[in-house]
Amino acid sequence: MFAYYFQLGLRSLRKNPVLTALMVMAIGFGVAASMTTYSVFRATSNNPIPQKSSQLFVPQIDNWGPEDAATTMGEPPPAMSYTDAIGLMRDHKAKRQTILYPVGVSLIPADANLLPISERSYAVYGDAFPMFDVPFLYGGGWTTAEDDAHAAVVVISKAFNDKLFHGANSVGREVNLDGRNYRITGVMDDWNPQPLFFDVVNSSAFPDPVQLFIPFTRAIELKVATNGNNNCNKSPANDGWEGYLQSECVWLGYWAELPTETDAKAYLQYLHAYSAEQQRAGRFHWAPNERLRNVMDWLDNRKVVPPESKISLLVAMGFLVICLVNTVGLLLAKFMRRASEIGVRRALGASRKDIYAQFLIEAAAVGLAGGLLGLLLTGVGVFGVSLVFDPRIARLATLDVSLVLLTFAVAILATVLAAFYPTWRAAQVQPAWQLKSN
Amino acid sequence: MLKMTHLAKVYRTEVVETYALRDFNIDVKEGEFVAVTGPSGSGKTTFLTIAGLLETFSGGQYHLDGIEVSQLNDNARSKIRNEKIGFIFQAFNLIPDLNVFDNVEVPLRYRGMKAAERKQRIMDALERVGLASRAKHYPAELSGGQQQRVAIARALAGSPRLLLADEPTGNLDTQMARGVMELLEEIHREGATIVMVTHDPELAARAQRNVHIIDGQVVDLAEDPRFHHAVHEARTGTPA
Repeated sequence: MFAYYFQLGLRSLRKNPVLTALMVMAIGFGVAASMTTYSVFRATSNNPIPQKSSQLFVPQIDNWGPEDAATTMGEPPPAMSYTDAIGLMRDHKAKRQTILYPVGVSLIPADANLLPISERSYAVYGDAFPMFDVPFLYGGGWTTAEDDAHAAVVVISKAFNDKLFHGANSVGREVNLDGRNYRITGVMDDWNPQPLFFDVVNSSAFPDPVQLFIPFTRAIELKVATNGNNNCNKSPANDGWEGYLQSECVWLGYWAELPTETDAKAYLQYLHAYSAEQQRAGRFHWAPNERLRNVMDWLDNRKVVPPESKISLLVAMGFLVICLVNTVGLLLAKFMRRASEIGVRRALGASRKDIYAQFLIEAAAVGLAGGLLGLLLTGVGVFGVSLVFDPRIARLATLDVSLVLLTFAVAILATVLAAFYPTWRAAQVQPAWQLKSN
Repeated sequence: MLKMTHLAKVYRTEVVETYALRDFNIDVKEGEFVAVTGPSGSGKTTFLTIAGLLETFSGGQYHLDGIEVSQLNDNARSKIRNEKIGFIFQAFNLIPDLNVFDNVEVPLRYRGMKAAERKQRIMDALERVGLASRAKHYPAELSGGQQQRVAIARALAGSPRLLLADEPTGNLDTQMARGVMELLEEIHREGATIVMVTHDPELAARAQRNVHIIDGQVVDLAEDPRFHHAVHEARTGTPA
């Protein structure tokens, strides 16, 4: 019967081309607006590491006290001081952990005539690679021993490897960074989590891919300053690099891998104990104030999803609802004009269920046509997203297979939903009265 | 085949109750051709719509082909309508967007019949009414008589046990009406049970049996004073 009803639906739609066009346009525009804004929202609210997002945590230690915390509603600073980061690293309470910060590293080409190339880089511990599930094309990350030895090793991106070594396996070869040679231990495969969850404090959350990783211990030894934010609540007591490391300035990111809920609870207790110890030692003059958030909670806390993305999605959804309300009216007019046909069909054996099926399938046909138009307009909309949003966010909005399927699903479901009331009214037609009136 | 006992149909509003049928009794045997007559507003069409399960009734009993129908739900009523009853309406009630073939096909679709069997039955029914060559025509392209023949073909295609006809010739000229009536008689001779509502005494006379309805009740014309009053009123123009 589905094919029969679908055929009847198409026939009915062809019969009233103007009414059909109005409904298809209403659905098409409504769906396109909501899908275009959804594509942006989906990209910005994406879980960048779904397989581990509940196991990776950001600890926060309040090393500034209530005076400064008051300005952040009691929230500890979003980054960590060197003292605390090293303290946590030394205690090594998580399965894996890393300190990280963005560094400004330049590649010095072998050809002296060429200018140095600045690459987007991070200083991390070797644990970061298995923690963040970084995919490798060749080789891998460096070892704990190399961390401890402040080794001159580097992990490079596929793009960087393509540029320097034309895609060949470069593991074991050396690159000159800021005048020093680094041995390549691994070449990453394409990897660009969006948002860049491990550093939403220093980046826009949607930056270009990271090209290089060097050991944190090496960067500290070479006194490589952060290329990101540095916040101090007071000037460092001592001058120079050592004074900076001993200060309460916060500039480091910290991640801990805690596979189970029990691990996370234990780690939070550990953070509390650590802060209490700092209090007892006279460094903190306030009660322990710590946080521990997993990836999605952290992204939420840092408000990674741009507010305009949420607002435009809500506005577009509202627009879709208005379009659907119009569609309800148009479908009602269309269906009730066929009251005599409904009466005849009922007299000839159609049950109310049959009438429901026939008219809902006809509505689905409208939804399908609306979905096609919506898809076309969504394509145009996604292309034009950069006119409204930051280009770095706009480029994330793409019309992929899942969005195409979602567009059709939303169009058909929304239209069928809109058709429920008109169909219910149609099914209430009393065949006796209808036939008598004829 | 069709038996109504003390059947009542009441239309209720907040202030008034109107009886369309009251203590209505009728028994139509299998293979009978019954003409139902009566003045306008007497309840003929209400009887027919209840007989065709297009409307529910307020009281009494109705057995159709041995089944008591008062407690049936919409699905069951629809199934009986589809399988046991064929309708022929005064206004033909063909679906204008469907061609002749597709119009005749409608009741068969609801029966879940296979395409080959549907086609065979449709063509047989159209042959029967002499319109096989018009299968691809749309109702608007046919005369009134032809449209009614299509409606009869539609009613016959499902091989119903009972044909209900509501003023089947009411919208036709004399010649076309005669043709349709001859067709109904032919169908009856082949064994169909037909209940036909009509105003036309000539048509009623061609049925096997006449049932007269006045004020929602079946009456024996010879003994009912209301009939004589009605005749008097018709002849003189003044109430008896």
